[in-house]
Amino acid sequence: MIETHGLHKRFGSTVAVEDLSLQVGEGEIFGFLGPNGAGKTTSIKMLLALVAPSSGTGRVLGAPIGNRAARARVGFLPEHFRFHESLTAIELLRFHGRLYGLRGAPLEGRIDRLLSRVDLVDAADRPLRGYSKGMLQRVGLAQSLLNDPRLVFLDEPTSGLDPLGRLLVRSIIEELRADGVTVFLNSHLLGEVEATCDRVVFVKRGRIVGERRLSAPAEIVELELRVGAAGPAILEGLSRFGTNITRPQPDVIELRTGTEAAVPMIVSWLVQQGVPVHAVQPRRKSLEDVFLDVMGEDERPG
Amino acid sequence: MRDVITVAHLTLVEARRRRIVLAGAVCALAFLLVFSIAVTFAYREMSGDKSVSFVERQGTLTAIKLVGFLAANFLSVIFAILLPVDTLSGEIDSGVIQTLASKPIDRAQIVLGKWAGHLLLALAYLLMLSTGILVVIRVVGGLPPTGVTQALPLLMLEVTLSLTIAVAGGARFSTVTNAIMAVGFYGVAFIGGFIEQIGGFTGITSMRTIGILVSLVSPADSMWRLAAHHMEPEIARSTGMLALGASVPSPLMVWWAAGFTVAALMYAIRTFRRRAL
Repeated sequence: MIETHGLHKRFGSTVAVEDLSLQVGEGEIFGFLGPNGAGKTTSIKMLLALVAPSSGTGRVLGAPIGNRAARARVGFLPEHFRFHESLTAIELLRFHGRLYGLRGAPLEGRIDRLLSRVDLVDAADRPLRGYSKGMLQRVGLAQSLLNDPRLVFLDEPTSGLDPLGRLLVRSIIEELRADGVTVFLNSHLLGEVEATCDRVVFVKRGRIVGERRLSAPAEIVELELRVGAAGPAILEGLSRFGTNITRPQPDVIELRTGTEAAVPMIVSWLVQQGVPVHAVQPRRKSLEDVFLDVMGEDERPG
Repeated sequence: MRDVITVAHLTLVEARRRRIVLAGAVCALAFLLVFSIAVTFAYREMSGDKSVSFVERQGTLTAIKLVGFLAANFLSVIFAILLPVDTLSGEIDSGVIQTLASKPIDRAQIVLGKWAGHLLLALAYLLMLSTGILVVIRVVGGLPPTGVTQALPLLMLEVTLSLTIAVAGGARFSTVTNAIMAVGFYGVAFIGGFIEQIGGFTGITSMRTIGILVSLVSPADSMWRLAAHHMEPEIARSTGMLALGASVPSPLMVWWAAGFTVAALMYAIRTFRRRAL
């Protein structure tokens, strides 16, 4: 769906994107994470041909970046969506639909469905100037889906939305996933990204510095085991399953394993050794922890 | 072409909703009201004065008509500059253009659509003022329109050129910078025209040459002077009695201005296509 090699963008003496090389597969919900000023929005703009790269190449939907036929199957919700404030939501959607080549009943039907989906039917005939920030974001989301896209770029889609609005966005992303649509999501809300994305990459100073597959089992899991009496031999035996084995309390053992798949084996081994297991508490590293690890201590708030 | 029409339609809807059309119509009607009152009183006074001959009366009415057109032309040019001054730069600054430019259309179609939509409004404004002046002069003073078929296309070209300069500037500069430059561009033409006229009237060749050179750099005002020349009566044109015929731009300037307009539009498209949005 997206493939780029060494995309680089420089504005004068400022490097906005150092090296964007990535691949996004069909139907993937892809998260693009990084602090402010990391070059996320510029990267999206390059993929949408809103900004020409200084160097590097890329393909979107199998065609070179900027190809018009490919853009007809792409949807885009910019950060802080804005449009002519005198238009109503219906007029805005009608205008954008026409630019996608839609006309007549198919367009009107699509507009009705989308307005209903983003819960703006009641406000459909009101000018955008009277809309709240969240309503603007929702009508922007509707316009990004007008063309029944195969690839959708969402740049901070929940910006300005209340919790209900965020839930709405999340459910729409789930629907897109079910339809096999690829979603390129740029968001600061790591919890949301963690809940929706299959895979994320971390961008720092215009360069991808890390990647994490969220749909796969966690690579490193910290376990807290509440057990009965266990001697030093048990602790030594556990070392075959993991590292950093400690015993902070007489009935608690902590250790770090390489995969969640090791948990049942550990429990089974302890039971075989005659150690009663009262509770197992895996502590998976949150995306926020990973984000902070990847960014390092030298990264400052943007 | 369909996308150009769609963008032009949006431009017209937006102008109507922002009350630009209403403001233009109200100001044009106010202008015509003042003009018709002035013409009515001038005509009554001249008709009641036996010492004013028919020829003098016609000459005065022609002068009033030309002054009316001078003001209408100036207002139309300013309208044409201010109308699209933020159409590209403003939408780039606000981010509105990102949603538009990410659609499957060529950026040239965005520029052409906005240009066409604004041009329709600017030409409608010019034609409203021009028609009003001609109707008032005809109905109140009985003066038939002279040279209008030649003059109006020239005034339309001047408005088109001024508007195109403002659109082209908007593809490159911020709104305020663009406004200053577009008005300045017309101001240069305006003062160049005056210099050329004074040079022609007084016979100072150097002034006339400077004026002509300025017209080549900024040809807008030369279209007005050529149009005014066509609207003068034959006797005034041959004698230079109304001064507007003191230095008449060459008909080749029409081609120069048309070429200038096309070049400015091409520049707008090229610049906007390359611009980071």
